[in-house]
Amino acid sequence: MSLEQVIQLEKVNKWYDDFHVLKDIDLLVEKGQKIVICGPSGSGKSTMIRCINRLEAHQEGKITVHGTELTNDLKNIDLIRKNVGMVFQQFNLFPHLSVLENITLAPIWVKKMPKQEAEEIAMAYLEKVKIPEQAEKFPGQLSGGQQQRVAIARSLAMNPDIMLFDEPTSALDPEMIKEVLDVMIQLAEEGMTMLVVTHEMGFAKTVADQMIFMDEGRIVEEAKPEEFFNNPQNDRTKLFLSQILNH
Amino acid sequence: MRSLALNDLSHNKYYNWIVRNFFSTWLNTFLTIIALIFLYKIGTFFLDWAIFSADFKLNFQGEVITDRTMCSKNIAPGEYGACWTIIYARFDQFMYGLYPAEETWRVNLSFFLLPFAIIGFLFDKLPLRKFFIFFTFIYPFIAYFLLYGGPNLTIVETNKWGGLLVTLFLGVTGIGLAFPLSIALALGRRSNMPIIKSICVIFIEFIRGVPLITLLFTANVMLPLFLPEGVNPDNLLRALVAVTLFQSAYMAEAIRGGLQAIPRGQIEAAQSLGLTYWQTTRKIVLPQALKIAIPPIVNTCIGLFKDTSLVLIIGLFDLLGIGKATLADMNWTKLYYEVYVFIALVFFIFCFGMSRYSLYLEKKLKTDNS
Repeated sequence: MSLEQVIQLEKVNKWYDDFHVLKDIDLLVEKGQKIVICGPSGSGKSTMIRCINRLEAHQEGKITVHGTELTNDLKNIDLIRKNVGMVFQQFNLFPHLSVLENITLAPIWVKKMPKQEAEEIAMAYLEKVKIPEQAEKFPGQLSGGQQQRVAIARSLAMNPDIMLFDEPTSALDPEMIKEVLDVMIQLAEEGMTMLVVTHEMGFAKTVADQMIFMDEGRIVEEAKPEEFFNNPQNDRTKLFLSQILNH
Repeated sequence: MRSLALNDLSHNKYYNWIVRNFFSTWLNTFLTIIALIFLYKIGTFFLDWAIFSADFKLNFQGEVITDRTMCSKNIAPGEYGACWTIIYARFDQFMYGLYPAEETWRVNLSFFLLPFAIIGFLFDKLPLRKFFIFFTFIYPFIAYFLLYGGPNLTIVETNKWGGLLVTLFLGVTGIGLAFPLSIALALGRRSNMPIIKSICVIFIEFIRGVPLITLLFTANVMLPLFLPEGVNPDNLLRALVAVTLFQSAYMAEAIRGGLQAIPRGQIEAAQSLGLTYWQTTRKIVLPQALKIAIPPIVNTCIGLFKDTSLVLIIGLFDLLGIGKATLADMNWTKLYYEVYVFIALVFFIFCFGMSRYSLYLEKKLKTDNS
């Protein structure tokens, strides 16, 4: 694996009014790395990855993606968003567009791709997430798991080299979690750089190169998965792991 | 008591429905009968007045009516109903105002084309919709050319326009122009840019805080002050400006309601895919927001359509203005009921149409998968 750094966070701080959500976050992500971020709710893990594609603005510190620094400059933000895909907890498919239109929208409008080419690419990604037969349906007609797979295909159609996952399985019924995780594992095997906020520890053990534990706006522990699960250093990490692994 | 209705299963469902809803208890039966008697009295009285005992072209003596003194009810007071001849006699004025009689085909043609201009906008599954939408955009130019005149058509100044023509002109053009303006205002009101936001807020709140009549007076008196000297827009145009501004403020609030109903995640998803603000607005936010906002938008349109009758205050002869002018004519004076019932009926047809359309949309939105 090459050591090309694709994401750098240096001393990132963020406040919501006077609530300090991110405190001195330092993070380096290398190309192809899979990072799983966990932690109690309100610990800032979602906020952190949402800062990476500027859905949230940070107030202090420096975030660099592919050597481009995130500032208020809209050009930089657009450039970074083109290369960074994101999958949300609530899927956020566009309900007024068909599955196919959901996927072709960005390639056609952002990349100015001809419609036919965009549709071919969309169908290829629908095959990849194993629901090509749903192309003409509307999001409301699909199950949660299918919707989330469409959302993944929609992000992939922009051909990003980094994928952010913000609790992608938290809103799903248990029987649908696996179909989404399978797609994500396949993606990981293909070498995608991934930052995943999740509580699916099985997935983390299979896929992660690096585990990050956050609490109260700080990165409390950062370790290889074996280390992280078998020999956590920090007390809060131990407590958290004991709570989610032994229930 | 309820078992009265429920134990009898031998009859069909209509019978059961009627019994259950109208005759379930003795009190309900009593109220139903009272209501029926009331409706019967009112209904027969009105039908008798409006149709069976009414004059159309001839009076009860078989003479052609030429003025109010020949109406049956004025010859034999108390025995006869409406004298609709006034509507026949002045029909052209009710429709066109003082538009020259030999040119009224131009108004008729514009009226005839109007539904084709609107239909593409109203029904999203219409065959050939692209063609109709295209027609929606060229219709204003066609209508302007037809109504006002131009090459090969005699110019008809707007002070000759009147009646339904003015009512529809103000209603349709006002709504049509207010629509894009209101979208801009609604988006502006939610903008992050403080100057744009405050301009929109002030505009909307100011217009909503002022009665339409005041705006009409203002437009009539003050508009010329804002324009360079020599440019003297005619009265109809001034009224149109007032009506458009008024409608756009109300429509903007209806649209803002729709915008607020769009979950934040929709915008975030579009942004994360790299769509710009305008692309997100056009492709994701507005299509969903307008769909939600259509019933309240139609509601404001119905309100505006009726409010156009206020222009008679500034000397324009819309349908109501023509009605008042007709009643001022010595030949036809005092036939108030006929004139106002007729005007009410015309307004009702248009407003009821809009109302049904709004209901149709609400039903459609409920069943739509999107």
